[in-house]
Amino acid sequence: MNFPVLSIITFTPMVAALLILMMPAQRRNETRAVALAAATFALILSIWVYFSYDQAAAGYQFVEKYSWLPALGISLHFGVDGISTPLVLLTGVVMFTGVLISWGDEDPHVKAGIQDRPREFFAFLFLLAGGVFGVFVSLDLFMLFFFYEIAVFPMYLLIAIWGWVKTREYAAMKLTLYLFIGSVVSLVGALAMYWVSYQNTGVLTFDMLQIEKAGFSQAFQNLWFLPVFFGFAVLGGIWPLHNWSPDGHVAAPTAVSMFHAGVLMKLGAFAALRVGIMLLPEGAKHWSWLIMLFAGIAVVYGAYIAFVQTDMKYMIGFSSVSHMGLVMLGLSTLNQNGLTGAGVQMFSHGIMTALFFAITGMIYDRAHTRQIPELGGMMKIMPFAGIGFIIGGLVSMGMPGFSGFVAEFPIFMGVWETRWLVAVIASISIVITAAYIMLNIRKVFFSELPEQLEGHVGDVTVLDKVAIATLCLLMIGIGLVPGLMVPMVQTGVENILRLLGGA
Amino acid sequence: MFTSEMIASVLPEILILVIGILILVVEPFWKEEKRRNVGWLTAGGLLAAMVLSFLFGQPGEPTATFGGMVRFDWLAFFFKMLFMFAAAATALLFMDNEKIGHRGEAYLLLLASLLGMDLMAASADLVMLYLAIETTSIPLYILSGFMLADDKSTEAGFKYLLFGALASTIMLYGFSLVFGFAGTTDVYQLADMLKAGNLPFFTAFGTLALILVGIGFKVSLVPFHFWAPDVYEGAPTPVSGFLSTASKAAGFAVLVRLFFVAFPEYAVSWTTAIAVLSAITMTVGNLLTLQQTNIKRLLAYSSVAHAGYALIGVVALSQLGAASVVFYLAAYIATNLLAFGIVMAFSRITGKEDIADYAGLSRRSPLLGLMMLAAFLSLAGMPPFGGFVAKVFVFAAGVQANYTWLVVVGILNSIVGVYYYLNVLKYVYLYRMPNEDEENNPVALTRPYTIALVVLVVGVILIGTVFAPWFSWSDAAALNLF
Repeated sequence: MNFPVLSIITFTPMVAALLILMMPAQRRNETRAVALAAATFALILSIWVYFSYDQAAAGYQFVEKYSWLPALGISLHFGVDGISTPLVLLTGVVMFTGVLISWGDEDPHVKAGIQDRPREFFAFLFLLAGGVFGVFVSLDLFMLFFFYEIAVFPMYLLIAIWGWVKTREYAAMKLTLYLFIGSVVSLVGALAMYWVSYQNTGVLTFDMLQIEKAGFSQAFQNLWFLPVFFGFAVLGGIWPLHNWSPDGHVAAPTAVSMFHAGVLMKLGAFAALRVGIMLLPEGAKHWSWLIMLFAGIAVVYGAYIAFVQTDMKYMIGFSSVSHMGLVMLGLSTLNQNGLTGAGVQMFSHGIMTALFFAITGMIYDRAHTRQIPELGGMMKIMPFAGIGFIIGGLVSMGMPGFSGFVAEFPIFMGVWETRWLVAVIASISIVITAAYIMLNIRKVFFSELPEQLEGHVGDVTVLDKVAIATLCLLMIGIGLVPGLMVPMVQTGVENILRLLGGA
Repeated sequence: MFTSEMIASVLPEILILVIGILILVVEPFWKEEKRRNVGWLTAGGLLAAMVLSFLFGQPGEPTATFGGMVRFDWLAFFFKMLFMFAAAATALLFMDNEKIGHRGEAYLLLLASLLGMDLMAASADLVMLYLAIETTSIPLYILSGFMLADDKSTEAGFKYLLFGALASTIMLYGFSLVFGFAGTTDVYQLADMLKAGNLPFFTAFGTLALILVGIGFKVSLVPFHFWAPDVYEGAPTPVSGFLSTASKAAGFAVLVRLFFVAFPEYAVSWTTAIAVLSAITMTVGNLLTLQQTNIKRLLAYSSVAHAGYALIGVVALSQLGAASVVFYLAAYIATNLLAFGIVMAFSRITGKEDIADYAGLSRRSPLLGLMMLAAFLSLAGMPPFGGFVAKVFVFAAGVQANYTWLVVVGILNSIVGVYYYLNVLKYVYLYRMPNEDEENNPVALTRPYTIALVVLVVGVILIGTVFAPWFSWSDAAALNLF
C-alpha cells in the first residue's frame, strides 16, 4: 500500500507518451531511447510485482484506492490477484520487446521497424499499453471501462497509419467498430449491474469487490450475462465474432500485431472473466454450455483455417483464434483445472504469439513477402530467428517442457471433467496445429532459398535477438518450472471458485 | 433599492456590459490595423469577469431577485461561467479571421448575445425568458450574416432569422397559453397553478409541444434542425462554433429549468415526447452526418446528434439525469469549440473546408493534428477525453430511469459516430496531400489561436480525467431543479 507500484506501472506509459509527443519530430533515436527507457522501467516494475506477490496470502495485493468521484462511487481502485499478476508481467514483456522490434534499422536495404513518424507511433503505442495495464489492475468497473476504451482506439490509428498498405484502412475500421460495439454492449450491462447493486445493497459504487456481493437474482444474471460476457469476448476473439482479428493482425505493423495478439486479446478474455463470470457467476453457470460450444468450434475451426493459409500472418492470426478458443474453453469449464489452464494459457499464448509475429515481421521487412510458398531457407540467413520460431512452434503444439503444455493440459483435463466429448473433439486441433506449424517451419526455414531472395535478405538486428531471446526464455522457463506460475494462478482461481459457490 | 444580493445575482451581466461599453469607447481611437486587439480586450475582460463573479457572485441558497424575474442559483451560475468561457474562446478565434477580426462591432454583438444567454440561464419568468431568448438570437442573426460580400453568409443570416423568428413566435404562443391557463408567468409558481388534472391531457400536451418547438429550434432537435447545417456552413466559422455550443447549451438551460420546475406534473407526457425526439434526433443526425463532405456541415449534423444524446439525461428526470446533462454540455462546449477552432485555424491558412482537404494535416502541423485527434475522439466518446465520461453519465442516468431502450439507441448511434469521426482522422493522419509536399505547406497558428486551442485541449482532457470537480458543480446545479 505504501508504494503505489500499480499506478506507477499504469501511468508510466501514458506519461512517456506525453513526453515523447513533446520531443522534436526529427529526434528519432532519442524518441526511441525514451520509449525503451519507459518500457524497461515498466517491465522491471512488473517483474518486481510478479515476484513480490505473496502467494500464501493470495487475494488482491498492492491495493491502492483513491476516491475519484464519491458522488457516483467511482474510485481509482487498483489491485492484482493471481490471475492478473501474470498478465501485468505479460504486458510489460510485450511492451519491452515491442519497442525493441520497432527500433529497426534505417539502412534503406533493410528498412525494418518503424521509420515513418516514430514519435507518434510510440506515443500511441504507449497510450494503448497504459490502457492495457489499467484494465488488468482495475478493481473499479468504471475505471475498467475507461482504460478498456483507451486500449481500443489507438489500435485504429496504429493500424491505419503504419499498417500494411493493402488492407489497413478496411481492417482498422473493422477492428475498431467490432471492439467498440462489444465494449458498449458490455457497458450497458455494467450500468444495469451498477443500479441493481445499488437497489440491493443501498451502496452506490462501481467497486467490483462490492458488486460481487450484490446478490443479483438468477433472472437478472441470466439476462445480462450474455451481453456482458460476449461484449468483452469479442476482443478475446471468440467464434463467431472473431472475424476482425485475423484481418487486424495482418494489417497491423509488427509491434502492434504483437500487442494485439499478445495482450489485447487477453484483455478481452480477462475482462469477460472479471466482469462476466466473477460478477455474474450464476449467469455463467447458466450459459457455460454456450461458451463451451462456441469455444470448441473456435478451437477446431481456427486451427483448420490456419492450416490452409498461405500468408504467414493470416496463419498465425487464425492460430490465435484457435488458441484463444482454448482460453475460452478453459473459462467455460468453471472448474479448477480449466480455469487454471486458461490463466496460464493467456500468458503462454501471449508470449508465443508475440514471438511469432515478431519473427514474421522480421522476415517480411527483409524479404518483402509473407507468402509461405515464396519463402525458404531462412535458417541459413537468420538462424537466431529460426530457432525462436521453432521454440514458438513447439509451444504452440503443446509440447511438454514448454509453457504451452503447462497451459493446455489442465484445460483439457478440466473440459474432460465437464463434457468429455468436447475434449475429444477439441484435441483434434492439436494435430492440425502440429501439422501447419511443422509444414511452415520446413518450408520457410529449411527449404532452399528462392533465387529472387538471394543477396538482399540480411540477418536480424541485435535488438531483435534480445527480444527473441527474452520471449523464448520465458516460455521454456515456465515449461520446465511450472511452479513459477501455476500456483499463483491457482490462488486467483480459488477466489473465482468461491464466487461460483464451489470449493 | 438595490440590495447586494441583487447585484451579485447579475454581477456577470454587469461586467459583460462594462466590457461592451469599454469596447465602444476604446475602439474608435484605435487604428484600423490595431483593431483586432479588441479581441484581447474581450477575452481578457471576460476572464476577469469570470474570476470576479467567482469571487463575489457565487450563489448561496437559491433565491429569486428583481421581483422573481431572475433566479440566483448554481444552475444559472454554472451555465453563465460556461457561456463566458465559450465567448472568451470565441473572441480569440475571431481575432485572426480577416473578415471580422478587426471589426469592433463583431465583439460587441458577441457580448450582447452572451448577455442574453446569461439571462436565459437565470430567468425565472416567462416574460424575462422570452426577452432573454431574443437578446441572444438577434445578435446571432447579425453575426451569422456578418460577411456581407459573401452570399453564403448572407443566406445563413437570413435563413437563421426567418427560422428563428418563426420558432420564437410559436414558442411565444405557447407561453401565452400557459399564462392563460395558469394566470401567472412566474416559472416557480406555474407548477402549483397547473396541478395535474386541471388541464385536459391534450391541452397540456399541445401547449408544451408549442414551447418545445422554440427550444427544439435553439438546440437543433430533429425535426427543427434544418437551419443548422446551412447556417453553420455559411456563417463565419467562429460564429458557427459559438452557435453550436453556447447557444445550444443556453437552450438546454431553459429546457431543464422550465420543464423540470414548471411542468413536473405533466412529466409522463413530455418525457415520452422528448424520449422519442431524442431517439429521432440522434439517429437522423448521425445518419445525415455519414454523407457529409464539408467539415462544417459534418460538425453541424454531428451537433444535432449530440443534442440527442444530451436529451437522454433530460428524459431521465432525475437529479443524476440533470447533472449529467449539465456535465455533458460542459464537455461538449469545450470539445466542439475546439473542433470549430481547428477548422477556423485551418481554413484561414488554406481557405478550404472540405474533409478531403485535411489530408496530410498531421504532417503539415503535428500539433494541429493532435488537437484534432483530441477533439474528434472526444466527440466520438473515447477516453481520456471529456466526451467519454459525459456519455457514460448520460447513459447511466438513462439506465437508472429504466430507459434502457433509449440508451441502446444512443449506443448504436455512438457506434455510427465513431465511424465518421475516425473517418475524418483518417484524412488527417493517413492520407497525404496530392503532391506529398506537406513539409512546404505548414499550417501556422497565430498566437490567439494557439492560446485558445491549447486551453480548450487541456480543458477537454481535464474534464475527461479529473471529472470530480466538474461533476460536483453540475450536481450542485442539478440540485436546484428539485
